[in-house]
Amino acid sequence: MSTIKLFIDGKEVEVERGTTILKAAGQAGVRIPTLCHHPDLEPYGGCRLCIVKVEGMRGMPPSCITEVAEGMKVTTEDDEILAARRTVLRLLLADHTYDCLRCRANLDCELQKLTEELGVREHGLIPVLRESTIDESNPLFVRDMNRCVRCARCIRTCQEIIGLGAIDFLGRGHAVEVGPFANQPIAESICESCGECVVHCPTGALSFREQPPRPDRKETVICPYCGTGCSIELHVRRDRVVAASGDRHSEVNRGLLCLKGRFGSFPYLHDPERLTRPLVRKRGELVECDWDEALDLVAQKFRQHRGEAFAAFSSAKVANEDNYLMQKFSREVQGSNSVDHCARL
Amino acid sequence: MTNPIADFGKARTLLVTGSNTSENHPIIAHHMRRAIRRGTKLLLLEPRDIPLAGLATVWLRHRPGTDVAVLNAMMNVIVSEDLHDHQYIQERTEGFEEFRRVIEQYSPQRAQEISGVSADDIVLAARIYASERPSSIAYAMGITQHVTGTDNVKSLANLAMLCGNVGVEGGGVNPLRGQNNVQGACDMGALPNVFSGYQQVADLAARQKMSQAWGVPFESLPDKPGLTITEILDGAESGQVKALYIMGENPMLSDPDSGHVEKALGHLDFLVVQDIFLTETARLADVVLPAAAYAEREGTYTNTERRVQLSRQAVPPPGQARPDWQIISELARRLDHGWNYSSAEEIFTELAVVTPQYRGITYERLRQGEQLCWPCPTPGHPGTPILHVGRFARGLGKFHAIEYLPPAELPDKKYPLLLTTGRVLQHFHTGTMTRKAAGLEALAPRPFIEVNPADARRLGISGSAPVRVISRRGQIELEARIDERVDCGVVFIPFHYFEAAANRLTNTALDPVAKIPEFKVCAVRLERAG
Ligand code: SF4
Ligand code: SF4
Ligand code: SF4
Ligand code: FES
Repeated sequence: MSTIKLFIDGKEVEVERGTTILKAAGQAGVRIPTLCHHPDLEPYGGCRLCIVKVEGMRGMPPSCITEVAEGMKVTTEDDEILAARRTVLRLLLADHTYDCLRCRANLDCELQKLTEELGVREHGLIPVLRESTIDESNPLFVRDMNRCVRCARCIRTCQEIIGLGAIDFLGRGHAVEVGPFANQPIAESICESCGECVVHCPTGALSFREQPPRPDRKETVICPYCGTGCSIELHVRRDRVVAASGDRHSEVNRGLLCLKGRFGSFPYLHDPERLTRPLVRKRGELVECDWDEALDLVAQKFRQHRGEAFAAFSSAKVANEDNYLMQKFSREVQGSNSVDHCARL
Repeated sequence: MTNPIADFGKARTLLVTGSNTSENHPIIAHHMRRAIRRGTKLLLLEPRDIPLAGLATVWLRHRPGTDVAVLNAMMNVIVSEDLHDHQYIQERTEGFEEFRRVIEQYSPQRAQEISGVSADDIVLAARIYASERPSSIAYAMGITQHVTGTDNVKSLANLAMLCGNVGVEGGGVNPLRGQNNVQGACDMGALPNVFSGYQQVADLAARQKMSQAWGVPFESLPDKPGLTITEILDGAESGQVKALYIMGENPMLSDPDSGHVEKALGHLDFLVVQDIFLTETARLADVVLPAAAYAEREGTYTNTERRVQLSRQAVPPPGQARPDWQIISELARRLDHGWNYSSAEEIFTELAVVTPQYRGITYERLRQGEQLCWPCPTPGHPGTPILHVGRFARGLGKFHAIEYLPPAELPDKKYPLLLTTGRVLQHFHTGTMTRKAAGLEALAPRPFIEVNPADARRLGISGSAPVRVISRRGQIELEARIDERVDCGVVFIPFHYFEAAANRLTNTALDPVAKIPEFKVCAVRLERAG
């Protein structure tokens, strides 16, 4: 891989050929503000917040789509660049529902962080009233297009990563918004409710309905559902799982999850109907008892029914260790090969 | 799978059959769709109008249960147009001539009559599969849950070998397993005829090896293969099986003909169910043991591409629930076997010693983030993502000469519709876990039956009307959904819902080799209810 040298804010850096100015700056420890750019997605160049100056180049090119060149001299910020960025931001805010306290993304919003970073508290423009779609058809997430900054991160996520293309820009000019074909409710579209677009949205335009509290820790587990074996990070607070997200280190899912993994992998753990004590049948009813009583009874009965009179169903849902022990138990302790599981089913 | 999941992204042709991948294995579908966006061709052999159908270059919409006829005809075309891989067949396979004599009987026209797929489409699909290589085959329960399930799988293997697509990157024959540890349960010997690592119980050397490792007398290990699930249930009914220990399964919902299951379980002298919920099956038990769920204990799971993965404990089990391995060990101790495992890791260390495919895998390697697909025979071994490279595991790959056989139960005057069962995106298996997630339940709260508009018109059924579905074994009531996703003469019911359990209707007829019940096809009739 050949490298080239360039200057970023006067500092010499050596980077791979073909990288963007944005990435090169990152390697040099210089952070350039961005909005439409996302490292999971292809370079896009839509919002112009990441503009820089390049000696010998006219105008201010967006750094997220401009490739580095040998000897290039880049200025990442000066008064003029800053002013241009603030203008971009003001225009975005002018037709944005700017009531952060009532937004699900409050304190976790890239737009909000940019206003803080660039010192734009008021846009000073005549507000453009938008009456865009608020789509609450999906029980898992809400789409409030009045908070959309048209960065297309959701559209590109669904196209490039999910390979589906369930959503796109609709309408024109000021009325442009993101939605499924013919702006039908998302729950009636081909959308698979994976939630990846929500994860990649920088604002509160796309937000999950459930707003979990901050976790104390995260633990890596394997999804309990299909045979794909996605790796999940369970977010744990006070010994309860409050949310799930995809594990970026996994070669299987690389941070992605489907709706079962994201929304279905933990609520049942804390369901009040979980079994918490052994039960034995007494006078026709299943009643709670302690472990010793239950295990003694089972052992006594199993002693009576060895060999062909004994059989076991192991399970395609439990771990290798449990399956191994179940077949060992059946064969070694009970003398029976009648052990099976419902892989066939 | 013979190949890793990532290989779907390296294939130039994908043949997907009997798998509604985007609903049942969504993350695998992402890999496929990304490949298709880059130009990979999708061939779909599938009776229902599933979401992937919109992306297919050729969609072979066959009558359920006629897979072998279509596949044989594709191979007929490939051989008669001389598109097969002569060198590969010569060097790496056997049985080709006998196989060839059978497929010669299956002209595309004959397959069209049997399956309803146009002969032209069969020819087109055959040409693409054979010429745009590597070609990868993905299949799931739609292929295996038939009386001819084993034949279907062998036919897919025939097709892959015919074009030299086994043992190459981006190729292979790839079953997509339905549950997170189907692969592991099989690897671990939770099967009536083998110990872990597919070592035959009938094999003297295998029994000697296990008895030594386990420290028990050699004669104490039975040498006769045991009963399969369906045979166990029959055995319970006939009185041969008296005690049954069920761990983490709910046969009342998941097995065919649940009326029969209930009766069989009722005949037992003693039923123990170990689970996380009081399932429909647990309600029938004499003793119910509360188990820890996956996130409440450490353990390994082996995914559909043979990748062995470590899952950590995230939270403690509720109340007195315990990990399955602890409960089994407690029982063994009470039955005078000195099992003193103190952790899942200790069990893994033992099983790795006796299971050749797992011998090189340790918790330590997995903790360090190593990604290991078995076989991984030695400590430093990097694992084997692609099987059969250069040579088949059995030496030469065997062609099987396979004739088409119709499903065990076909529609007739009294039961004129073909019922197939399956899943929906939002739910999993018998729904005991997913239906506890409010959001998922809200997306798909009700059982339904998909009916083609033409059939609906004929039967006088309109959108979301309640209907009664009747088979030779039972009946259920649920909502009709008029939808062209199913073909005329075919209806579809997802099997997640206890309130309208599809398996009250399905057939217990078994594939003679794999002993998989024929969930996918049975005959029913429809009436308006209420
Ligand atoms: S919905 Fe979010 S991700 Fe999509 S364009 Fe709007 S702001 Fe960007
Ligand atoms: S939830 Fe997933 S499938 Fe639906 S629009 Fe977002 S990214 Fe696409
Ligand atoms: S997250 Fe979805 S695709 Fe991945 S293992 Fe779980 S159910 Fe399967
Ligand atoms: S971040 Fe570069 S143009 Fe938006």
